[in-house]
Amino acid sequence: MMDFITKNKQNLKQGTQQPRLTYWVISAAVWLTVWQVLAGAVHEEILLVSPLCVFRRLCQLIFVGSFWLTIVSSMGRILLGFFLGMGIGTLLAVLTNQSRLCYAVFYPIISIINATPVASFIILALVWLSTAKVPVLTSCLIVMPSFWRNVSNGISETDSDLLEMAQVYRFGRRRTWMQVYIPSVLPYFSAACSTGIGMAWKAGVAAEVLADTHLSIGGNLYDAKIYLETPDLFAWTAAIVLLSILLEKGLVRLIQMPVKKLYAGEKRCQ
Amino acid sequence: MPISLKHVNFAYNREKIILQDFSLRFPEKGVVCLFGPSGCGKTTLLRLLAGLEMPVSGKVDCPFRTAVVFQEERLLPWETARKNVAAVLHGPKQQTAEEAGKWLRKFDLAGSEDVLPGKLSGGMRQRAALARALAFQPELLLLDEPFHALDARTRDLCAEVLMHEGTQMLTVLVTHSREEARLFSDQILTLQGPPLVVVSQSCL
Repeated sequence: MMDFITKNKQNLKQGTQQPRLTYWVISAAVWLTVWQVLAGAVHEEILLVSPLCVFRRLCQLIFVGSFWLTIVSSMGRILLGFFLGMGIGTLLAVLTNQSRLCYAVFYPIISIINATPVASFIILALVWLSTAKVPVLTSCLIVMPSFWRNVSNGISETDSDLLEMAQVYRFGRRRTWMQVYIPSVLPYFSAACSTGIGMAWKAGVAAEVLADTHLSIGGNLYDAKIYLETPDLFAWTAAIVLLSILLEKGLVRLIQMPVKKLYAGEKRCQ
Repeated sequence: MPISLKHVNFAYNREKIILQDFSLRFPEKGVVCLFGPSGCGKTTLLRLLAGLEMPVSGKVDCPFRTAVVFQEERLLPWETARKNVAAVLHGPKQQTAEEAGKWLRKFDLAGSEDVLPGKLSGGMRQRAALARALAFQPELLLLDEPFHALDARTRDLCAEVLMHEGTQMLTVLVTHSREEARLFSDQILTLQGPPLVVVSQSCL
């Protein structure tokens, strides 16, 4: 009887995985066909380019040295902004949780930054900074409030029972942070990374477009629009989407590794 | 330093009075059992002794090294049993890990030293918490119903280790069980409240 149940469970597991991949392939095929049909119906490459043409252009681009240089430059700028936002947001979360004065001082600024549209940041940054620094500042300001909010939640949600235990056993400030707060905050921090990287990427590219930054993905998008090179516009957009997915998956996996390890044994025995 | 409470007043939210001009002096060593109905203020008394609550007025005299075993084990879920015990020790990593292992083995946790609390049973977690408390080498050990998750055999084993290792300290044990109170303590304080009062004091 037990054998039968186990086999059935295995079959179910396999069954749930196989259709998932099939559905993805079917979904992609359906939408690519729709796109191809629409492009054929419009029959104007300047308005809507076919997926085949985009794929061909993308293949041409990846063999050009400047394509990779552009991608590395853009990623460098956006990641720099992302990590700056991560650092500042986390530091502010710690400060505002420790001191009411700090909270009173920084909360209005964080709220204003959170409520300001991305376009306003970019235009203001263009007034103050060189075009290369605009995507850095934009990405930083976009992710900073998200890190502040998540890390603050993590700190305030830290198990008070564990904090009392740390107090009783004289852990001291450093030990309490290392052994209680940081492991408690890590899942919240990881969530901020997952959402933040996508936001930073989109806002950073938008900033590059508006700033027409030299050697940037956004700059290439802008040029493609100016010279009505629709295949280029679509090819660069496809590159952005692919990079965004790769970056999000890669970074999130990297950050979630210690979180998964940390919470591997937390599920209580029944 | 004698462990005592002098004219202590304590209330939650300034309304629910738990201790009113409460005074009590504990012996320097031995096991004192606090016995009384639920909600009478036993745990509050323990929290005051542990320094987790501050009295509204009055004085609580307690040693610096006080360990508490709470009703729930309060182990760090992301650390193994060994690291949980080692967390309260000071010294080189290797040394504290060995010391922690020694304490865990005393509580019959050999083979479970490097297991995360989530993978241990409730009784094993409670024993790990007891091992951590003793490893801290406290002058005052506060136990808030520490045997409630243990079967009779394990309870007796823990009590034996506690009695053997705790000869040089004062142990204050909160329990609802008359049997536990009789078995493990030198002195039983029967409490009632709130406000908390000692209704009887018996030495065994």
